[in-house]
Amino acid sequence: MPRKEGIYGLIAEFNTPSELVQATEEARTAGYRRMEAYTPYPVEEVAEALHFHKNRVPLLCLLGGLMGLTTAYLMETWIAVYAYPLNIAGRPLFSWPAFIIPAYEWTILFAGLSAGFGMIALNGLPQLYHPLFNAPNFRNGATTDKFFLCLESTDPKFSLTETRAFLERFHAVSVVEVDY
Amino acid sequence: MATKQPINDPMIDPRTGEYAVIAPGHNFKSVTQKIAGLVLTGNTPLAWFGGLVFAGGIASLVVVALTWLVLKGVGIWGVTMPGAWGFAIINFVWWIGIGHAGTLISAILLLFKQTWRNSINRFAEAMTIFAVVCAGMFPLIHVGRPWLGYWLFPYPNTMNVWPQWRSPLAWDVFAVSTYATISIVFWYIGMIPDFGTLRDRATLPLARYFYGMLSLGWRGSTRHWIRYETASLLLAGLSTPLVLSVHTVISFDFAVAALAGWHTTIFPPYFVAGAVYSGFAMVLTLAIPIRKWYHMEDLVTERHLDNMAKVMLATGSIVAYGYGMEVFMSWYSASHWEFFMMWNRMFGPLGWGYWMLILTNIAIPLTTLWSRKLRVNVTWLFILSIIVNIGMWFERFVIVVTSLYRDYLPSSWGTYRATKWDYMLFIGTWGLFTCLFLLFVRFLPIIPMSEIRMMLPQTKITRGGPTAETVSEEMS
Repeated sequence: MPRKEGIYGLIAEFNTPSELVQATEEARTAGYRRMEAYTPYPVEEVAEALHFHKNRVPLLCLLGGLMGLTTAYLMETWIAVYAYPLNIAGRPLFSWPAFIIPAYEWTILFAGLSAGFGMIALNGLPQLYHPLFNAPNFRNGATTDKFFLCLESTDPKFSLTETRAFLERFHAVSVVEVDY
Repeated sequence: MATKQPINDPMIDPRTGEYAVIAPGHNFKSVTQKIAGLVLTGNTPLAWFGGLVFAGGIASLVVVALTWLVLKGVGIWGVTMPGAWGFAIINFVWWIGIGHAGTLISAILLLFKQTWRNSINRFAEAMTIFAVVCAGMFPLIHVGRPWLGYWLFPYPNTMNVWPQWRSPLAWDVFAVSTYATISIVFWYIGMIPDFGTLRDRATLPLARYFYGMLSLGWRGSTRHWIRYETASLLLAGLSTPLVLSVHTVISFDFAVAALAGWHTTIFPPYFVAGAVYSGFAMVLTLAIPIRKWYHMEDLVTERHLDNMAKVMLATGSIVAYGYGMEVFMSWYSASHWEFFMMWNRMFGPLGWGYWMLILTNIAIPLTTLWSRKLRVNVTWLFILSIIVNIGMWFERFVIVVTSLYRDYLPSSWGTYRATKWDYMLFIGTWGLFTCLFLLFVRFLPIIPMSEIRMMLPQTKITRGGPTAETVSEEMS
């Protein structure tokens, strides 16, 4: 990725989640799209204001689970019937009820790992550097008690002066430029 | 019930008459400072070092016992014919049962939206992982040559040998390894946002680097949070059938065998209930000292203790039903062998173990837990939690040993006597567990900060745009 220069966006700091929700909703109404809110705990209302409804974590989880189920079941069948057939008290080689249990465990294992690591991958993590960490007040509050709205410079509607004036309308504690 | 309490008790919610989940007066910053402060503090209490040295001393028994075991083999234990399963399996089932409450608290109570669990889920999950570490060791060393433990897994090898899928012991490998993996992933993912908080609050560069790496660069983005919440819910939804299946599979190790006392269909539900029972007892054993030493009474309140005691009452009653049903079936089955097994279990040479079990698992807890006064009596709960832990160990002892040592043929009867190596290893695992737990309370956030923030009244979204001034006045 080429090194980016200039500013990443403008970040407004709020004291309460209500102010953040209001600012996000109005920024959306005003036509801003490239924006993101940062909160110390999940705030569903902000996600609604951002119109972020769908995420692909459940799909990954389902695919992982199905993969685990088929992998384990086929592996057991192949081992018990073809690779290493053993006569255990005259039971059929394809003892399908007994094979359910390891397949069940691997369904959960693969689904869980897909959900967990899928979430991390979809979030683009690990990403130890991010321009936001350059904002002087971000690390002091974003993971503790402050609520941030960042309008990003890639948005076509973004303009340093107008966007700043727009954000300052919401009684933000501060509005700061974020450098790359 | 609530009317008996003094009305101006600040811990009681006047609307519901219940104890509050979090003491009033907290805000986002105060809970963060309080919990992060435990980890980022510059002065570690001297008692912590003392505890670590003491627990480490006990844990060194594991090293000694394992070294001797590797040199001499499992013959140093009390296992022999007919009692081929002894302490190793008892301890395995006991430890893994303890772990189950952690998953129950973190997963099942999350699905049921029991927000009170937020204060206790992190250390309950930590307890799960450390208990699984202790538990997992036992079957591994019980195979006799632990360095060949990987033979348990299916992998292509030059011997052309593969696992036997009709055996519950093969199922066990899959159940326990899945359980350990998913528990660790769930625990770690739960901590990522808190690592972000610790990274941002740490002043030491080393701590900032360490927690920064662990946080993966978490920055609290809303889109991240939504995916994070989805993944947490999915993991909770997956852990719930997992935790039920793990002890079910462990009970199959017994129930599939054609041995009187083991061959019963009640084992799966009764094992799971027993696991949750002992697990909640262990959560109380850990939570009560921690909330006192670290002054967490406002975050882990009487409400938590009361609720956990209620879960113990419910699961303990299921366990009692299981015991009753075992006795009933030994008579109702009209099987001579079943009947003898139960008679021998109660009045045979090891009958004291059975009565010990009834006393510690049923008689003491299930009479006192009905009283709300005793449920919120911290001292009594602590004593009771230890009693139940002892009782659940005896349950496994009774199941494993008294079913085995006098089987169908009187000519092959024997007895079981644990050796000093058995005791050393068992006691050593307490030290190992305590050591790991002490390291956890020192270096990791013991209470999930982001989830505690969600329970505060300040999270309420007010529409219609309050001005920043009025809100900050309300907050202060």
